[in-house]
Amino acid sequence: MLGEGLLKGLAETARNFAGSYVSKERLTTVQYPEERVAPIEAARVFPFLVYDGADWEAGLRCVACQICEKECPPKCIYIEKSKDKKPDYVGKPQIYPARFDIDVSVCMSCQICVEVCPFEAIKMDTEFELATQDRFGGLLHDRKQLAKSNEYFHAIHPTEAAEVDARLDEEKAKVEAKAKAAAEAAAAKAAAGAAPAAPPAAKPAEKPAGGGE
Amino acid sequence: MSASETRMVGSGGAPAMQAEVELLEVSMGPHHPSTHGVFRMDVALDGEKVVKLKPVFGYLHRNHEKLGEDHSYLASMPYTDRLDYICSLTNNWAYALAVEKLAGQEVPERAEYLRVITAELTRAQNHILAVGFLLQDMGASGTPLMYGFREREKILDLFEALTGSRMMCNYMRFGGCRVDASPAWLDGARKVVAGLPGFTDELEALVCTNEILMARTQGVGILRPELAVSAGVTGPMLRASGVNYDIRKVDRYGIYDRFSFKVPLGDHWDVYDRFMIRLLELRESIKILEQALKDIPGGPVIDPKAKIRNFRPKAGEAYGRIEAPKGELGFYLISDGGPNPYRYRVRPPSFVNLTILEDMCLGHNVADVVLILGSVDIVLGEVDR
Repeated sequence: MLGEGLLKGLAETARNFAGSYVSKERLTTVQYPEERVAPIEAARVFPFLVYDGADWEAGLRCVACQICEKECPPKCIYIEKSKDKKPDYVGKPQIYPARFDIDVSVCMSCQICVEVCPFEAIKMDTEFELATQDRFGGLLHDRKQLAKSNEYFHAIHPTEAAEVDARLDEEKAKVEAKAKAAAEAAAAKAAAGAAPAAPPAAKPAEKPAGGGE
Repeated sequence: MSASETRMVGSGGAPAMQAEVELLEVSMGPHHPSTHGVFRMDVALDGEKVVKLKPVFGYLHRNHEKLGEDHSYLASMPYTDRLDYICSLTNNWAYALAVEKLAGQEVPERAEYLRVITAELTRAQNHILAVGFLLQDMGASGTPLMYGFREREKILDLFEALTGSRMMCNYMRFGGCRVDASPAWLDGARKVVAGLPGFTDELEALVCTNEILMARTQGVGILRPELAVSAGVTGPMLRASGVNYDIRKVDRYGIYDRFSFKVPLGDHWDVYDRFMIRLLELRESIKILEQALKDIPGGPVIDPKAKIRNFRPKAGEAYGRIEAPKGELGFYLISDGGPNPYRYRVRPPSFVNLTILEDMCLGHNVADVVLILGSVDIVLGEVDR
């Protein structure tokens, strides 16, 4: 019969229309600024720099190795190395970034910087409301704006942060054990002979693995 | 231009007198709502009939291939998301496959399953969209498309929960996948897949027997199999023309030899067939998804020997291709042993499928051009690159 298909389709729309009054599942939209969907743990929007402890400047994990700057596909990271050094999380003196800028308008949220970072220093944030009225300075985030605490990282990505902490603790324990063994060996040597031995105790090869360019 | 190079006008014989036939040249696009992006068609019309059609593209050119030569292998992966931005996961897979061939890498079992699951979910949502937009072009303004969007939203939520992004997934890596799927994610995927057959039934009841749809699409835009093959058309377009060619069956890349599914073929070669083929393929994708989600094994998701930094495959060349939702998507890479590819070439299905547009449109009304273009299912990010 001509028109049967049309009527069948209309019955389907009628079913959906009536269903939207009884079934919550059919109402899929959310009125955004007032209503929000639950945040998704895996979400990635824009990178931030992780710091340990209370002081963001002293606790930054970044050692300005510039691997992320080199690997970033749209080249939105800008790093300047410091002239002096500060101790990192295992107590080893390290260079730190005197300048670390990321351009929000260029970043494409791909997470490559996070994957290539050997120091677990850069992670992805879930904050997505980054709009600003100043399109030049406001979109270029400097290291102070990028620095966020490890507690914040735990709050937004609990699973990943726990893994990262376990990995870092393991590394730290390894470095400490090595330093202890070296110190003991040096002490034993000093006790045995009178020579002023003291080899450079804790100097583990912690150069970034991917420097060979 | 010197005088000797000036062309002689009218030297090829007397021009025919055509006072009564005046062609109207219309430029459809690049900002026409039916062109699915920035794409232009220069159409010459005799009344309502199309006598000439010239596709003009390049408005969205982003230098993708040259960027690929300039960036490291890994840094090109997020750019592949932006080729066909509806189906980023299949783009990832094709590129990863090419690099794995180049570097001779193996992929763990679980990663292969995850690739199949994500790729088939991508195919499902692409076909839902393709059908929805085709109906939108036909004037069914909103309803079928919005039903499709409602379903696609569930799939995109799955993508976000797994990869962190809804459309720019950047999920696959050379030698596996970036992150593992949690049991909760797999359960969520099972739930979404269980809802898909009901949605397909609903969509079929909504439009498939609709008299207006049939009148508009049946017998329109016929693409003969011989022409389709010689033009290099692939994907649902080719299968709607009755040619049994599906790279999942031909190459059996990944682990596609483990799943039982059929390849639907059209026998009228028109827009309606291309519409129906996508719905039938959606049903086959659901079958694959059910099987894959049932027997996904445990284990690692990335080859432990895979390198993230300082990845330099040995010199050589490789072509990796997969059956993307729109057709054969291939990446051709030449390595000279350095950190960047020496040559990086994409074989995009939309671009090749689009070359046949004029042959399908000739002799049809200008309103049908919109439908025929819609049935090709193009994404301009991939056409222009």
